[in-house]
Amino acid sequence: MRKQIEGSRAVAETVALCRPQVICAYPITPQTHIVEALGEMAGSRNLQPCEFINVESEFAALSVAIGASAAGARAYTATASQGLLYMAEAVYNASGLGLPIVMTIGNRAIGAPINIWNDHSDSMALRDAGWIQLYAETNQEAADQHIQAFRLAEELSCPVMVCMDGFILTHAYEPVDIPVQQQVDDWLPAFDPRQVLDPAEPISIGAMVGPEAFLEVRYLAHHKQVRALERIPQLSEDFRKSFGRDSGGLLRSYRVENAETIVVALGSVNGTIQEVVDEMRVHGHSIGSLSITCFRPFPREALRAALAGARRVVVIEKSLAVGSGGILSADVQMALAGRGTRLYTVIAGLGGRAVTRTSLQRCFEQAIADRLELLTFLDLDTRLIIRHLERERLRRRSGPVAENLLHDIDLIAAQIG
Amino acid sequence: MASQPIKFFQTGTFTIGNRLLPEAARSIQSDPLRANSLNCGHRACQGCGEALGARYAIDAAIRAAQGKLIVANATGCLEVFSTPYPESSWQIPWMHSLFGNAAAVATGIAAAMKVKGRTDVRVVAQGGDGGTADIGLACLSGMFERADDVLFICYDNEAYMNTGVQRSSATPPAARTATTPATGGQRGARFGQGKNLPLIAMAHHISYVATASVGDLRDLEAKVEKAIGMGGARYIHVHVPCPLGWGSAPHDTIKVARAAMESGLFPIMEAEHGEVIGRRLIRKKLPVEEYLKLQKRFAHLFSPVRDAAAIAAIQAIADGNIRKFGLMEEHQQ
Repeated sequence: MRKQIEGSRAVAETVALCRPQVICAYPITPQTHIVEALGEMAGSRNLQPCEFINVESEFAALSVAIGASAAGARAYTATASQGLLYMAEAVYNASGLGLPIVMTIGNRAIGAPINIWNDHSDSMALRDAGWIQLYAETNQEAADQHIQAFRLAEELSCPVMVCMDGFILTHAYEPVDIPVQQQVDDWLPAFDPRQVLDPAEPISIGAMVGPEAFLEVRYLAHHKQVRALERIPQLSEDFRKSFGRDSGGLLRSYRVENAETIVVALGSVNGTIQEVVDEMRVHGHSIGSLSITCFRPFPREALRAALAGARRVVVIEKSLAVGSGGILSADVQMALAGRGTRLYTVIAGLGGRAVTRTSLQRCFEQAIADRLELLTFLDLDTRLIIRHLERERLRRRSGPVAENLLHDIDLIAAQIG
Repeated sequence: MASQPIKFFQTGTFTIGNRLLPEAARSIQSDPLRANSLNCGHRACQGCGEALGARYAIDAAIRAAQGKLIVANATGCLEVFSTPYPESSWQIPWMHSLFGNAAAVATGIAAAMKVKGRTDVRVVAQGGDGGTADIGLACLSGMFERADDVLFICYDNEAYMNTGVQRSSATPPAARTATTPATGGQRGARFGQGKNLPLIAMAHHISYVATASVGDLRDLEAKVEKAIGMGGARYIHVHVPCPLGWGSAPHDTIKVARAAMESGLFPIMEAEHGEVIGRRLIRKKLPVEEYLKLQKRFAHLFSPVRDAAAIAAIQAIADGNIRKFGLMEEHQQ
């Protein structure tokens, strides 16, 4: 049923329709509304049978999910930012053991400095942990990707993260079509685990593995993700047939026909990018965009094909590999291997910095003129940078960076005022 | 009418202990039908107290659960020596996830059993003192306070033995470990540090807390059986000598464990809902020296010169335990 609903609520209602049997909840902004809504549903028996467990940390949240999944229950949790990093060890463990847990990430920056707003630093930090990573462009897609995630995870015995931008999606009210229970029941079969802790058939899970087999275990994890590259588009198509809309898949292109310049990005920023593409198309620019909805496994071949006609690619990244540059860009570069395509990396929207149409358009115009720096920091306030570097030059004890910058912002604002 | 309690103290053997018990409560070591959770072929050291403790504890748990048992294991010696791939010595559904999360994994298993209506299946989590008192404490405390239906068993060998004998918060004062050396003016682990996990468990007011020792396997079995029959969060802390880490002779494991009990250094008690309801009385009090001298980790207390102050301080700890838990009848003291 289509209704005006908050993104978190839409995800919670959809997850509930997937009949999770164990839900582990530990609060962290901006994920809280999701687990609050699920707690409410579990308490009011709309979601039964289900064990809803308030744990003492994210590390415990995923650990409880690991135990539940290994014992054959469909397990779900949600987190963000520091929470994802706090459970990092368990993130690797869940995938290493091949446990099909589904976890929502309400994407948020990583401190220090502490910051509750959106970027992709959290899920990017765990991108190579063996989980499938889906990125939602809209709340409708976020909701739909969860249904697909449970089916994909359980088919492959591989955990899946559904990444949705914190606040921009989690707290945004927009129309979302929430399926009815029967639709989801018809599409998502009951969990049939490949391995289960059962006294009737005792097995050991999580044994010590030496050099004789570790590589092969890892290879099989990779192989699983390679198979997911085939399976994800099939599931998306199957989903379309049952639910009547396109959601998920590996990537989605927007006006890329004959585009000389193609912008590539993850998540909700694609909406803004598409508006800029429309605007620039009106003015005769040959530009299109591409939303990557599945980042792990990375759809290298599909992307290579989609970028075939482009002379230049601009990657908009909501994360930064400090000391290196773009994270998504590195993967895009691999997809472009052997071609002369020019690649620009634009770091944008860190810590919730607004990514505006004006800034994007200016940036794309510079790219089209091939005047853009290969690594660009969108809307970087160079006055603050210069001021701080000068401070460090003058004084050994220059003090804490973030606090100095906040002080400087006040000073600069006062001067302008 | 005045009565004279009968005492039957036999030195150097516990054989008489079994005979003093009622028939039904006696342990039968050679029952062909006995459970066998931990098979031969594991790679524990000779004389390993943890292997012995785990086998008796889990065997008892299997019996009490009528075979319907699932175990979550923390990283550590027990996990490593029992499962070098592809050989698992476990004859039960057994899972190892991480070092610090055994209690949480067990919570997840118990939740799965509950949601599936399998209340007949009992769940045990187990680990060493590091996985319990240090890195696993947060998950353990969470499992306790939520009263999750899990029995957690800690095999306490008083240091990180798997990584090469480093100090943990369960390492006793004066003990030499790889990170609390007894050289160059240092005298082993410092006095005034460390934590008491059974008391921390009791502070959660969980349904059952007990201490046990491989020095009294019958008591360990009885406590595990009792704990399996109860609901909610339960905790058993088992003292398990480690010949490698303690520098004791492999054939002295039981002797060392008994000396810890009989000196009062390791009090054996049980508690329900935060209140002590029983203790194992010391039969013949040993001076702590009798315990310390069996172990090379305390050798620096006796040679090259006797460290009388440290030995007295350890004796004071043992005497404090005896007072606190009432480990001796008054006329014995």
